[in-house]
Amino acid sequence: MTVTLTTAGPLPPLDDAEGTYDVAVVGAGVVGAAVARELARHRLRTALIDASDDIGNATSKANTAILHTGFDAAPGSLEARLVREGRDLLAAYAAETGIPVERVGALLVAWDEDQLAALPGLRDKAERNGYHASRIIGADELRAREPHLGPGALGALDVPDESIICPWTTPLAFATQAVRAGVHLHLNCRVRDVTADADGHTLTTSRGPLRARYLVNAAGLHADEIDRLLGHDVFTVTPRRGQLVVFDKLARPLVGHILLPVPGPAGKGVLVAPTVFGNVLLGPTAEELDDKTATGSTADGIRLLREKGRRIVPGLLDEEVTAVYAGLRAATGQEDYRIQEYPGLRYVAVGGIRSTGLTASMAIGRHVIALLTAVGLDPGEPHDLPPLTMPNLGEAFPRPYRDAALIAGDPAYGTLVCHCEQVTLGEIRDALASTIPPHSPDGLRRRTRARGGRCQGFYCGAAVRALFEEERP
Amino acid sequence: MTGEAREVDVLIVGAGPAGLAAGAELAAATAGRVEILEREQEAGGIPRHCHHGGFGGRLDRSAYAWASAAGSAYARRGTTGPDFARRGVAAAVAAGAALRTGVTVTGWAGPRTVETTGPAGLERITARAVILATGARERPRSARLIPGARPPGVYTTGELQQAVHLYGQRIGTTAVVVGDEPVGHAAVATLRAAGVHVVAMVTDRTAPALRLRSPRVPLLTGATVTGLTGRARLSGVALRHEDGRTTTLRCDTVVLTGDFVPDHELARRGEILLDPGTRGPAYDAAHRTSRPGVFAVGNLLHAVERAGYAAQEGRAVAVPVLHRLAGTEGPAGGGRRLVVDAPLRWIAPNMTGPDGARPPGDRFVLRTWRRLPRPLLVVSQDGRELHRQRLLSTAVPGRPFTLRADWVDHVDPDGTDVRITAL
Ligand SMILES: Cc1cc2nc3c(=O)[nH]c(=O)nc-3n(C[C@H](O)[C@H](O)[C@H](O)COP(=O)(O)OP(=O)(O)OC[C@H]3O[C@@H](n4cnc5c(N)ncnc54)[C@H](O)[C@@H]3O)c2cc1C
Ligand SMILES: Cc1cc2nc3c(=O)[nH]c(=O)nc-3n(C[C@H](O)[C@H](O)[C@H](O)COP(=O)(O)OP(=O)(O)OC[C@H]3O[C@@H](n4cnc5c(N)ncnc54)[C@H](O)[C@@H]3O)c2cc1C
Repeated sequence: MTVTLTTAGPLPPLDDAEGTYDVAVVGAGVVGAAVARELARHRLRTALIDASDDIGNATSKANTAILHTGFDAAPGSLEARLVREGRDLLAAYAAETGIPVERVGALLVAWDEDQLAALPGLRDKAERNGYHASRIIGADELRAREPHLGPGALGALDVPDESIICPWTTPLAFATQAVRAGVHLHLNCRVRDVTADADGHTLTTSRGPLRARYLVNAAGLHADEIDRLLGHDVFTVTPRRGQLVVFDKLARPLVGHILLPVPGPAGKGVLVAPTVFGNVLLGPTAEELDDKTATGSTADGIRLLREKGRRIVPGLLDEEVTAVYAGLRAATGQEDYRIQEYPGLRYVAVGGIRSTGLTASMAIGRHVIALLTAVGLDPGEPHDLPPLTMPNLGEAFPRPYRDAALIAGDPAYGTLVCHCEQVTLGEIRDALASTIPPHSPDGLRRRTRARGGRCQGFYCGAAVRALFEEERP
Repeated sequence: MTGEAREVDVLIVGAGPAGLAAGAELAAATAGRVEILEREQEAGGIPRHCHHGGFGGRLDRSAYAWASAAGSAYARRGTTGPDFARRGVAAAVAAGAALRTGVTVTGWAGPRTVETTGPAGLERITARAVILATGARERPRSARLIPGARPPGVYTTGELQQAVHLYGQRIGTTAVVVGDEPVGHAAVATLRAAGVHVVAMVTDRTAPALRLRSPRVPLLTGATVTGLTGRARLSGVALRHEDGRTTTLRCDTVVLTGDFVPDHELARRGEILLDPGTRGPAYDAAHRTSRPGVFAVGNLLHAVERAGYAAQEGRAVAVPVLHRLAGTEGPAGGGRRLVVDAPLRWIAPNMTGPDGARPPGDRFVLRTWRRLPRPLLVVSQDGRELHRQRLLSTAVPGRPFTLRADWVDHVDPDGTDVRITAL
């Protein structure tokens, strides 16, 4: 296994005659990484490039981390199909690779008569989406299953298969498997221009030119800009900010399910959900913005969330807050994905992957290969990728600090560095030496949880930074 | 999980000033095997990275006045933090306590059985008495709900001190310190030691909590932090002043100081009752928690007092622990909770003992949310007044004041909560 991963300097020349990749994928979010992993199953020269210093460093790192059933998608849409397929693919892949998933189930809680009256319609919609396990439950059953729910809940739609998943391990698993199978990953590599000719595309990047016969645009919030460089003007991405509040692990016993609001005209609304790390999430807001970099939180956003949260699970508000963050959905004014192939151009645009892209990622990857084939690529027969096991970040699965055999073999797994998240020296060392190592303390946090807990570094911040800097001076 | 199972007489969780003092005292009293567990590689607790003076020395009642920031020379009284930590460790070890570092208590496997993780493996340790001495931490930016971007350059004092004094890391060039309690002045000293220019100290209080000054650092009072800016690195701290004006202080570093919260995770995981005011375990004058045989000392009980005060509590817990070991402990139950009305913030201890035990110095310690000039403190139970007392000074946030304890005998053990009100 030779891994090609570059982060600085001019892009290395390819050793083939033309110096041309078969496929270049722009954007190493969860979608681009899934596409690259799918391409890695074929005998192709593939480049995965990203403007950031890490994979999954934009929208993919800041979502609500729910593995959707797709019960509430718009029936008949591409999104509905890819979410449904993607969910099954990702659930199976997670089981295989050790990505933490917990099937906690969702309850769409009705707080007034109108909402209660809307539940049968939602159940019917789920049926039309091919999801048949949902059922309506009454106030008593609801209260028995969620004893900490605020007063006044009248009933709920029970969706037992909604699950929670690790948002950080997922793109990392895709990208790791892709680069191990020969995909070249180029980070800190921003695409500035694209020129097309008869044989393919020349990308002008911040690290020099890159040639590819086929191009996949998975640039998330910037997919519209890349699309315009190819002469199209079909969609515009407007960022739709979602702010979220993460409560401490001590709040986890307050919430058993993903507690969804009944969707109204204002969109999906604010939910309360457990995370696989053992925290409780409150959010997101939905704010139309025009700044694609506005990932900050606001006083108004936090206030709104706390108001809603107090109604849903009052006890939550007495717990300590561990993190506040925001993600930007790629809204395009159309209630569906904007995935489009262009035969003359050897190009596939993967735009508008709105609020379900984590769930749908693997199905999007497959769909994109089919579209590339439709525009002329001959991918050849797919082969299986070597198996992969990811380090477990999930609280419901064995963590190294509790594993006597592991510690007996290597005491570094018994040496805790981050006390709040119980992250060991062994895990930090492994992450720093992994196939796609982190390039910042935040990247290390997404691979290990170190410094991501309630004290936010009061105890371990300096120690974690020292370990990080030791590795990359 | 599997692991070795062992038994000890006294198990102490946390080797800060409180845990070490408890260990030293109990080992010296030949309480059997006394074991102190510390999750850090080095024992000593917070003082390990407080490279300024003001530790130990004479204990005055205004326990929190640990730093008189004259110049950068911190209180000439007492010794430096690392020195204080070393002495605490030496005393515990010399007395015969078993001190094990790098061992974390991760949870409970029984009423007085803990689970541990260390490089040597996993253990289950059962003790005849457990003492929780897990300390306190400062609330980070997220817990304070400060909005804005999330760039690097945001610290608590604890992280800053470790970065500078234990790891010699680069901090930045210009800093703003949020909070004007002693610990904020300690942060200023650390920043200066690291060659960082301190632009200002800001507090949302209208008057400074203490008459402390860090020379050449402007103190902005009545200023609330409304957001942080910057992407690759912090670029500024946005403030709103009392008159509604907003400004942004340019800086690449911000230190959020004070706003302490007890490290109560282990206590809560053990379903030990917490006091809603202190957020630490509810406890009586004998340092007993709601779980028989589990005691608590130090900043876990009341974030945050001087190190010397924490150590004093550690020593004080020895007597009730010895009673427990000897089977001569007072009967369980019967303790009444002490609850405060706003603007009082908390009282400690916050339970009365069944046996009329009095707190250290025969005084309860209190905190307030608001400035209270010469408040009248009234203690009552079931509408019956037990005590009233006029304070001669002003009670200010972030600084303790005390209430006499001689009314404790009048508490009805079958009555309801005892209320403390400030008029
Ligand atoms: C608040 C919120 C909650 C959500 N909740 C869920 C959920 O519960 N479940 C779920 O399934 N989905 C959820 N989503 C949606 C999901 O997060 C997204 O659909 C998904 O992350 C999109 O992935 P992506 O790869 O398309 O985009 P991104 O992750 O944004 O990746 C795009 C990448 O392209 C790179 N790039 C951009 N321009 C260039 C350029 N010019 N040159 C090189 N690289 C470039 C960027 O650096 C970035 O890494 C949520 C989203 C938000 C915001
Ligand atoms: C920045 C700062 C400056 C200060 N300056 C002064 C000063 O100048 N003078 C002064 O008198 N006081 C000062 N103080 C206060 C003083 O440090 C505290 O009062 C004192 O440290 C409290 O002692 P403690 O033993 O209760 O807690 P800590 O010192 O916090 O010790 C608690 C110990 O428990 C350990 N622990 C926690 N959980 C576990 C677990 N599950 N398993 C194993 N171990 C665990 C921790 O690692 C820690 O070592 C300062 C405090 C701070 C934060």
